[in-house]
Amino acid sequence: MYKDKGFLELEELGTRLPSENRLENGPVAVIECIQEIPCNPCQDACPKGAIKKFEHINDTPEINMDLCNGCGLCISACPGLAIFIVWKNYSENEALIKIPYELLPIPTEGAQYSLLDRTGEIIGIGRVVKVQTVKTNPKSKTVWIAIPKPLCMEARNIRIGECK
Amino acid sequence: MQSRYDVVIIGGGPAGLCSAISLGKTGLSVLLIERDPFLGGQLVKQTHMFFGSKEQFAGTRGFQIGTKLTEQTMSFHNITILLDTIASGYYPEENILLALQNDTILHRISFKKIILATGASEKFLLFENNAIPGIFGAGAVQTLMNVFGVLPGKEVVMVGSGNIGLIVSYQLIQAGAHVKAIIEAAPTVGGYFVHAAKIRRLGVPIFTKTTIKRAIGNENVEGVELIDMDEKWNMVAGTERQVKCDTLCLSVGLSPLSELLYQLRCEMKYIPELGGSVAIRDVTLKTTNPNVFIAGDVAGIEEASSAMLEGTIAGISTAESLGIHNIESKKIKEEANQFLEAMRAGVIGEKIRYGLSKVEGSHV
Repeated sequence: MYKDKGFLELEELGTRLPSENRLENGPVAVIECIQEIPCNPCQDACPKGAIKKFEHINDTPEINMDLCNGCGLCISACPGLAIFIVWKNYSENEALIKIPYELLPIPTEGAQYSLLDRTGEIIGIGRVVKVQTVKTNPKSKTVWIAIPKPLCMEARNIRIGECK
Repeated sequence: MQSRYDVVIIGGGPAGLCSAISLGKTGLSVLLIERDPFLGGQLVKQTHMFFGSKEQFAGTRGFQIGTKLTEQTMSFHNITILLDTIASGYYPEENILLALQNDTILHRISFKKIILATGASEKFLLFENNAIPGIFGAGAVQTLMNVFGVLPGKEVVMVGSGNIGLIVSYQLIQAGAHVKAIIEAAPTVGGYFVHAAKIRRLGVPIFTKTTIKRAIGNENVEGVELIDMDEKWNMVAGTERQVKCDTLCLSVGLSPLSELLYQLRCEMKYIPELGGSVAIRDVTLKTTNPNVFIAGDVAGIEEASSAMLEGTIAGISTAESLGIHNIESKKIKEEANQFLEAMRAGVIGEKIRYGLSKVEGSHV
C-alpha cells in the first residue's frame, strides 16, 4: 500500500492507468495522485480540458485520456510533482517519458543517465532528449527521456553521475 | 518607549501578515511585531510549490508567497513594523505589552485589540545521547540551508515522515546532502503521499514502525541505532541496527507558542489533535478575552494555507470588533471561511476537524 511504503504499485492506479490501447496511440499523461489532499491546480492546467474540474478541493484528479495529447503542460503545474507523460511508441525501440525534475546539475540533452523506478532502484539507462523550461515555473524542469519500451510504466526518475 | 495602537499583531508569518493586510485597508493604527530581522515567518524557508487552490497561491513557492505578503503589508502607511523584536510579556492591570527590540530598546505598548499569530515551536524527542552536536530540528535545518545557505551535514537520517520531514528531506537532497533514511514510528507515512513518492524515487527508504533508540558518537553524531516498534508502540528487542550518519534531523511535530495567551487571560485547553495548548475561540477567532484574537499555528497546528486564511479572518474580525464594517471585507471573510471549511473537509482534515470541535464554542 502506498501509505505504508511511500510509493505506489501500478495496480493502485486502477482506472487512472491508461489502457494498453491508449498507450499504443500516442503520448498520454499518467497522474500518480491517488490520495485525497486539498490541492487542485492541475484542473486549470490542461489547454485541452482533459483534466476534469474538481467538485471539491480534496478530490483526486481524473483525466479524459481521449482528450489528452500528452503535451505535458500539466507536469509543471502539479505542486506534488506527480504527473508524468508516457509515449510508448516514441520510436520503434524506445518509449519517451516526460518527468518533473528539480535537482542540480540540470541534465544535458543527449546524455545518458541511470533510470530509476518509483523506489529509486536503477532499472536501466535513458537518454535525455530535451530539457524543457516552463515560463511560469522556471526552476522546475520537465525532462524528456528516451527509454527502453518495456520500462515505460516503471521508469520515473534519472540519476546523474551513476550511469553504468 | 511608550506607544498606543488600535491593534497589535504579534508574529509576521503567513497568519500575521494576512491579518495586517486585512487591517491595512481599514486605516486603523496597527503595530506588527516580528522576532526575526525579516517578515515572512516560516514562508521564507519554503522552496516547494504550495498545494491548495490558486486563490491560496497554489503552485507558487512558499518564499515567493512570503515576499508578496510582505510587500503588500509594507505598502500600508497605517502599519508600523517592528523587526528583531520579541513580545516578552503582558501586564493586564496596565494593559501594557512589553516588547524588546534588538535586545536594547524596550517598548511599552498599549492597544485596543491584539492578534496573536506567534506560530509554533518544534517538539523534541527523548532518546539516549540526544544532546550531542549534529542533532537538529527540521526547522533549524531549513533555516540553515534555505536562509543562511549552510548545509548542516552530509549524511542525514530524518526522524518523522510528516510533511515537514518529507519536504526537508527533499530539500536536503536538493542542497547536495545524502538522506540515508526517513524513519517513522507509526505504521504509515504521515505526510502527503506525493511528497513521499518524490523522496522514494530518489532512492531514500522510509522505514515505518521504526524509532530511534540512541545516537552514536561522543563529540558529534557518528550514527544512529534504529529499532522496530510493535503495534503497542513498544520497542522490539533484538531488532536494533545501526546506520552511519553525521546528522540527525528531528521532525516529530510542532507545539503552539501560546505563553502570551496565558498572560492575556485567555481560557486554554489541551487538544492533542491541535498540537498542544490552544485558546478556546469562536468562529471569528476571538478568544474568551474579547480583546484577543488568534490565527495560524498558535490556534492549532495546520498548514500555511490555513494560517493565511485564519489571518485574514482574524484581521477582519478584529476590525469589526472595533466597529469597522464594510461589505467587501465581510465577503472576503465569508470566502475565507468557506475555503477553510473546504480544505479541512477531506480525509486529511479529519484530525483538525476533531480538534476544532473541542475548542470552537460556537463553531457552525
